[in-house]
Amino acid sequence: MSDAFLSLQDLTLGYGGSVAVEALNLDLDRGELVALLGPSGCGKTTTMRAIAGLMKPMSGRITLDGRDITRVAPNKRGIGLVFQSYALFPHLTVFENVAFGLRLQGVAKAEITRRVTAALASVGLASFAERQPKALSGGQQQRVALARSIVVEPKLLLLDEPLSNLDARLRLEMRSELSRLQKELGITMIYVTHDQSEALALADRIVVMRQGRIEQIDTPANIYERPVSGFVAEFIGFENTFALKQGALVGPKGSLALAGAPGAHGLAWRPRTVVLGQGAHEGRVIGASYLGETVEYLIDSAAGPIKAETPAHAPRHAMGENLRFDLPVEAAAVLSRA
Amino acid sequence: MRLAGQTILFLVLAFLIGPFILICVAGLSGGETLAFPPEGLSLRWVARVFEVESFRATFAVSITLGIGATLLALLIGVPAAYGLERYNPPGANVIRNVLSSPIIVPGIIVGLALLRHLVIPLGVGILPALFIGHTALLIPYAVRIVSGSLVNLRVDIEEAAVLLGASRLQSFTKVVLPNIRNGIMAAFIIGFITSFNQVPVSLFLTGPGVSTLPIDMMAYMEFNYDPSIAALSGLLALMSLVIVLVAEKLLGLSRYV
Repeated sequence: MSDAFLSLQDLTLGYGGSVAVEALNLDLDRGELVALLGPSGCGKTTTMRAIAGLMKPMSGRITLDGRDITRVAPNKRGIGLVFQSYALFPHLTVFENVAFGLRLQGVAKAEITRRVTAALASVGLASFAERQPKALSGGQQQRVALARSIVVEPKLLLLDEPLSNLDARLRLEMRSELSRLQKELGITMIYVTHDQSEALALADRIVVMRQGRIEQIDTPANIYERPVSGFVAEFIGFENTFALKQGALVGPKGSLALAGAPGAHGLAWRPRTVVLGQGAHEGRVIGASYLGETVEYLIDSAAGPIKAETPAHAPRHAMGENLRFDLPVEAAAVLSRA
Repeated sequence: MRLAGQTILFLVLAFLIGPFILICVAGLSGGETLAFPPEGLSLRWVARVFEVESFRATFAVSITLGIGATLLALLIGVPAAYGLERYNPPGANVIRNVLSSPIIVPGIIVGLALLRHLVIPLGVGILPALFIGHTALLIPYAVRIVSGSLVNLRVDIEEAAVLLGASRLQSFTKVVLPNIRNGIMAAFIIGFITSFNQVPVSLFLTGPGVSTLPIDMMAYMEFNYDPSIAALSGLLALMSLVIVLVAEKLLGLSRYV
């Protein structure tokens, strides 16, 4: 047994006959916030449900705090879950929603009042205790769901796309609040999301998943700057991703010779690292969109379309213009696999 | 065009409500026979209703039967609806179709079948037979109405309860039941009224000494053609009306039916 706080060992998950997650291995330290990041259908929610015990694994083991919980019932695991839909109990007040878990544990009345009040205060809803859930806004409901989960002091808290139903401003606010709460309480958290900016802002480590497998586990900075695979690169915003063959970039249209190319599976560039107006390659502008801060271009090259982004004050290029461009090797992410 | 629409509306309403009004007025007659228009107005036939011994006895049977059979139907129907909705067992659709058959199959066939193949061969008593027959008849209503309110209840609130430490049973009693309470109440009221007004099934299953109120009323009419039957009908219609109106006010009954 490993000495990690939470350990997933060769976890294989599926519904019926089809496999959704295959032989997943993941270790979490105590107090760590790990984001499971990936597009829908990559198995991140399935993995989270298996950790919570809401679905049985086909094979593999889950240990939490030194105990094998693979066969432990979900209500005996000490794991909390904040649902994407909040899942508040519609027939109970905010106070009773938060008190639900404590009442089941048989905690004394005065203690319940004290802890629920404290939990509601910590999410800024102290004055909403007697409201019905449906009288709250989405952001407030989300906070109640959070308070309800942390008041029982779970060993591990799972968050399933907790901010996806909120508008942009609230999302930012809740994101920093989550971060503050996590640091204050020191709860180990797994945060499931398809939003890379949430994962980058919150997580200590990010697990990028694709089709039921882990693509890369790394710190936010390393994921952002040094993706190891074409999939991670594209997911994280390296929109110009090419395979390398004999020192040339291979794209959908053809290939583009690249001087000084390293020996790797592929290279990837963010649009803003593509240099326009000078360089070794030639292309034609086939798309130009003014985005306010920046201008986004689509350049037709020998390898295929290349996306470039320049500051709005840089020299503009017109549609149909032939121009030189450069893909600086030092700005590229070096990919070791597709 | 507008006038034609209003005329049709009026005719439909007259057709639906007319008989009810005719019966009520006929029940207030001062004459000796059931007739419309009544020969003078009086409350003597309304008072007479409460004097007929068999009406009182069968009213008690009908009430007991209505409440008992509905409760039993709910006791079976609520878990059945929950199981069908949440676990979607193999053959769930077949079960749903079978469950709706007592609504589709004429009651007279159900009654005959119960009599011929259950009551006679097994020698079941009249009251238990009525009880079984009515329960069987009401289970589909219970399952359908409760299913309706379960569909609107998200599964994840049960999962949330479980992850907060509730057992499956606790999540059912503390989270599911309170949220489908109105559906269950609606099913109870509809079940009770259905049982209380039930004629065809009861017709086959009642026997000497034990009868339900509607059956007894039919028997009474064969020998006494006086306005007390109209008076009683009016009273029963009023009772149903009051129950439905109160239920609508309290639960929004019409959402479930």
